[in-house]
Amino acid sequence: MKRASTRPAQGYNFAYLDEQTKRIIRRTLLKALSIPGHQVPFGGREMPLAYGWGTGGIQVTASIIGPEDTLKVIDQGADDTTNAVSIRRFFEIVTGVATTERAEEANIIQTRHRIPETPLQEGQIIVYQVPQPEPLRKIEPRETETRKMHSYAEYGAMQVALYEDIARFGYIAKTYDYPTLVNARHLMSPSPIPKFDNPKMESSPAIQLFGAGREKRIYAVPPYTSVRSLDFDDHPFEVQKWEQCCALCGSTTSYLDEVITDDNGGHMFVCSDTDFCNTRQREQAQAGEADDSAPPTALAATEIPS
Amino acid sequence: MTAELSDLKTRLRPCFDDPVCDSQAAFRALMNAIAYPGRIELVNRLRDAPPPLHAATATLCLTLADFETPLWIDPHLASTDVLAWLQFHCRAPIVTSPKDARFVLADCRSQVPHLDELHPGEVEYPERSSTLILQVASLSGREGVRWTGPGINGTTTARISTLPRWFWAEWAMNSELYPLGADVIFASGEAIVGLPRSVRVEA
Repeated sequence: MKRASTRPAQGYNFAYLDEQTKRIIRRTLLKALSIPGHQVPFGGREMPLAYGWGTGGIQVTASIIGPEDTLKVIDQGADDTTNAVSIRRFFEIVTGVATTERAEEANIIQTRHRIPETPLQEGQIIVYQVPQPEPLRKIEPRETETRKMHSYAEYGAMQVALYEDIARFGYIAKTYDYPTLVNARHLMSPSPIPKFDNPKMESSPAIQLFGAGREKRIYAVPPYTSVRSLDFDDHPFEVQKWEQCCALCGSTTSYLDEVITDDNGGHMFVCSDTDFCNTRQREQAQAGEADDSAPPTALAATEIPS
Repeated sequence: MTAELSDLKTRLRPCFDDPVCDSQAAFRALMNAIAYPGRIELVNRLRDAPPPLHAATATLCLTLADFETPLWIDPHLASTDVLAWLQFHCRAPIVTSPKDARFVLADCRSQVPHLDELHPGEVEYPERSSTLILQVASLSGREGVRWTGPGINGTTTARISTLPRWFWAEWAMNSELYPLGADVIFASGEAIVGLPRSVRVEA
């Protein structure tokens, strides 16, 4: 679904923020790109929605977006959930830019907690909404200390935290917000994306920007930059795997959500990325029309206990 | 007084036609220049930059500088017209030492401040460093140097001309300071090339 650009609402500056704030955020973004993975404090503003709903990401998007851009907004991979719908509508109103659900048509993608399955390209910018930008916060609550730890690349405590998982469970139990080392220097929270998405950050051709509204921090990963997920030689980093495939499109390579379908234990696994799943279903339907004898592969391949 | 004002008015060159969209377009070009070091990006929305500022230099000032960003300006660039233009459109305070400046405007035809004269940032706040905006004759000169680092797919060759002879030796020292260090934006005419501190130059 694509929506063409329109005239922005009257009474607001283009993209809601005033020009002074945009300049603050733009200067912050440039320094953030110059020091990949380093969190830069910025003068975050109150936005017309609550902290925790993507105020950091919205401020970053508002500072970079222009009338010619095409915006896609996702929340946990879906274009049609509350957070994604309200942020997309916000930008439709205050900028009038074109919006889309297709990852390959968008040049700015604002995301909450997923990276699209469709590989990102040069010319695309992905803006992450970040609740807690400090990867060391659960280990060290004092900002003065974590700041020193980053200054001196003193990241042993993070490795110990991962090792404690191995000692207790036999594997690293962290499944999302999995810590990464950027440009072999800065420890960075990838925002609460599933660790399944961490490998997509490594040497991505797109620009990756991170905004934390409540914590008032911005950080960034330029294109073609090393983003290594922390691990151990004998416990290498691994992503989630599923025995099932997507119940709607049959994908075996995407990140799956388990959806409860009734009160009797019925459940199914479906792609978390709705655009990826819908595109595959459309392609299968077209292929099916072309060749009527082909069975509907997707549903046949799944087991849905009743 | 009135005569002075009207004199200023006739000499003062305008800002962008559309300050909101033009500075946004300039910023996106600049962000690309920093994110993909070595690529030549165009910033061409300002029709009438006050000489000797290049259009790109003036555009970057309008896009980035304001009352919060102290500016150091090369005495050879600081004509009365330029100072009046910067003060009217950017309101940036002009400082006398490059170390106190967020943005340092310089031109290769005169004395370029050495990189160790710029603010390298603080150990816990490396982002507080100066950004040098350096006017050069051309961004596609004959001699090239190879850059590697974040934003560069493998290596890239940058052909910045008319740089002072000490520049790349000092840049190697600047890289040693990482994550501290100055960032540089080369400007020539309407074109810019970014050189963030993370870039290393191959010998």
